[in-house]
Amino acid sequence: MQRSLNIDPIKCTGCLQCEMACSYENEGMFNPAKSRIRVFTFHDAGRFVPYTCTQCADAWCLQACPVDAIVLNRLTGSKDVIEDRCVGCKVCTIACPFGTVNYNQATGKVIKCDLCGGDPACAKACPTAAITYVDADQTGFDRMHAWAAKSLAGVAATA
Amino acid sequence: MSWTGKILRVNLASGAIAAEPLNPEWANLYLGQRGLATKYLCAEIDPACDALGAENKLIMATGPLTGTMASTGGRYSVVTKSPLTGCIACSNSGGFIGAELKNAGWDMIIFEGKAPKPVYLYVENGKAELLPADEIWGTSAWHADEWLHKRHQDPLLRISAVGRSAEAGCLYAGVMNDLHRAAGRSGVGTVMASKNLKAVAVRGTLGVGNIKDPIRFMQAVNAAKKVLADNAVTGQGLPKYGTQVLMNVINEMGALPTRNMREVRFEGANDVSGEAMHLPRKSDGKPNLTTNAGCFACTIACGRISTIDKGHFTVQNKPEYWGNSGGLEYEAAWALGPDTGVNDLDALTYANFLCNEDGFDPISFGSTVAAAMELYGMGAITKEDTGGVDFSFGSAEALAKAAEMVAKGEGFGKDLGLGSKRLCAKYGHPELSMTVKGQEFPAYDPRGIQGMGLGYATSNRGACHLRGYTVASEVLGIPVKTDPLVTEGKAGLVKAFQDATAAVDSSGLCVFATFAWTLEDIAPQIDAACAGSWTPETLVEVGERIWNLERDFNLRAGITAADDTLPKRLLKEAANAGPAAGKVNELAEMLPEYYTLRGWGADGVPTAETRERLRL
Repeated sequence: MQRSLNIDPIKCTGCLQCEMACSYENEGMFNPAKSRIRVFTFHDAGRFVPYTCTQCADAWCLQACPVDAIVLNRLTGSKDVIEDRCVGCKVCTIACPFGTVNYNQATGKVIKCDLCGGDPACAKACPTAAITYVDADQTGFDRMHAWAAKSLAGVAATA
Repeated sequence: MSWTGKILRVNLASGAIAAEPLNPEWANLYLGQRGLATKYLCAEIDPACDALGAENKLIMATGPLTGTMASTGGRYSVVTKSPLTGCIACSNSGGFIGAELKNAGWDMIIFEGKAPKPVYLYVENGKAELLPADEIWGTSAWHADEWLHKRHQDPLLRISAVGRSAEAGCLYAGVMNDLHRAAGRSGVGTVMASKNLKAVAVRGTLGVGNIKDPIRFMQAVNAAKKVLADNAVTGQGLPKYGTQVLMNVINEMGALPTRNMREVRFEGANDVSGEAMHLPRKSDGKPNLTTNAGCFACTIACGRISTIDKGHFTVQNKPEYWGNSGGLEYEAAWALGPDTGVNDLDALTYANFLCNEDGFDPISFGSTVAAAMELYGMGAITKEDTGGVDFSFGSAEALAKAAEMVAKGEGFGKDLGLGSKRLCAKYGHPELSMTVKGQEFPAYDPRGIQGMGLGYATSNRGACHLRGYTVASEVLGIPVKTDPLVTEGKAGLVKAFQDATAAVDSSGLCVFATFAWTLEDIAPQIDAACAGSWTPETLVEVGERIWNLERDFNLRAGITAADDTLPKRLLKEAANAGPAAGKVNELAEMLPEYYTLRGWGADGVPTAETRERLRL
């Protein structure tokens, strides 16, 4: 069964544990600037929103790469960058509609989320379960559950 | 290791900027942040100097765990000589700029001299330059933040800035960072503004990777995160209510200083409590509190993000205050509320927003307003002084107006910006100033919590709860419950809290984590990250060394044992209600024992033996 990162912004406190876990896993150091997941602060709204690659089934980045450096990981469904092949042309960073593939000037390659090979560090580090790693077909489960609870309340009120 | 090993030295007078190596021997003796910056300050300035003169220096310092994944590891401190107290000033802040500075490759920045014209420091990894700040001088810290992000076309910049209150000379102005976090106490922002330094903007992309034993570090970090998550205070109480969880608790035990500490219980406490911040308001059905927020790396997330009711008199036709911003923490809520007798949650939130926008300490501000209200009530201050404002206790209008005047340094705001001690002296009643060494009290009445009285009297930065939070033991039972009304054993308790806290404040971690963590949880994280050997015992020793170094600074600045005291009101006027009714603070029963435990003479001076033991 494939799993997806599932993000619930309402639970996020903006602590950046995910960014540090990501950079530590991938770069061997704590460095939010090199994280594949980013947390955005919407100050006026008082909200924090983590955002990262959704692993498109038909991925623009993969299609756009001229040297086949982005490949499908059949086990996890992630689209992974083969560093040895990447030439740093950045076409994938232009092709991605969501901005989740980015250039790393320290290495001359691009970086993107690869779900840590099926055990994403960001989800493990999140203290509030704002980021979870769930059945890829059930990312709406929590929201459906919440609406189901509301409809139950409606039934109870009219019963 | 874990330190970057680099200090940025900025001479504001000449514009010279230089990198220099961190003194590793001092790092081993003083750890980082509060301790290490104090060591540098003591070595480089005359403690008797004019705090607002060019000879004072200002240090922004991170700790070795700042910027790491250790929970709460995002702290930095601003260390300088205080213009409010004349003592050492060390104000600690969370948010994100501390970690950013570390990511840019710097352990600390030392500012010296005074710039001929307003400037800000721009740091981008190894590059640092002073740039003109004329366009943001005379504007708020919030405006400076917005302008700097636009000017550098970089939404990821992290910024510390001073507001208009600091520029106007308010003696309790802080250094704001990330809009609503603050190195808030003792006037560190006033010193920064006196140097014509408006802001520090930092972008760091180098990462923090210099960990001694990464595998052991991650094990220690994960174990410590679990301790925070499993603890009722750090795992549930603080995320839900913030420090405001205390408002009703402290009021119940009759230790909530009310109306300039005349009383110990506030009838409106519940109206301005953490619980009240969750209640839907009548106008739009939304609660004051939108969400909780974490500082960098913090898995507790006690921060409050709030809104003000758009229809409230303070923000009518002022849409700039209709969005979310940093909400009330307990100490701020107390100073702005119970101490002034105001029970209007929206008015308190508005005053708090202004404290953040223009960078002034809500504790000192609220306490000073409270003193002004008492003086007004007895006729020592009149409408002629206040610009026509009725300064009666309980007036939300006066509170809001006072905040507006202090923010801009206008009118009666000039007097209020002097702080309670100077204000009360100016109007002929120095005895009404609720301060120690010139700094205003926080939110725990020492008649009802005896140990806090000793803590306030001996705090190296004047009255303060964060130098030794014996409330943890005397009220919450952490690590063990002690009776708040007795003095026995409190000297040892205060010393233990002061020493441990000094070490935590020097690590990059947040003292709020110690609601759940002991040094047994903290030491393994430091030891796995840093060169050297770090145990709970070495941390206590480092903490005690720091405490004595700060004491030494204050003694050289002219402070004496006579300053280790409390206002007469707390020593002579008994609490009027609650469990502590009839009690005063029995400081005299505790102080001699404290000096003895500290290894100080009866004159409050560390003995030669103590100095040698601590390698001072």
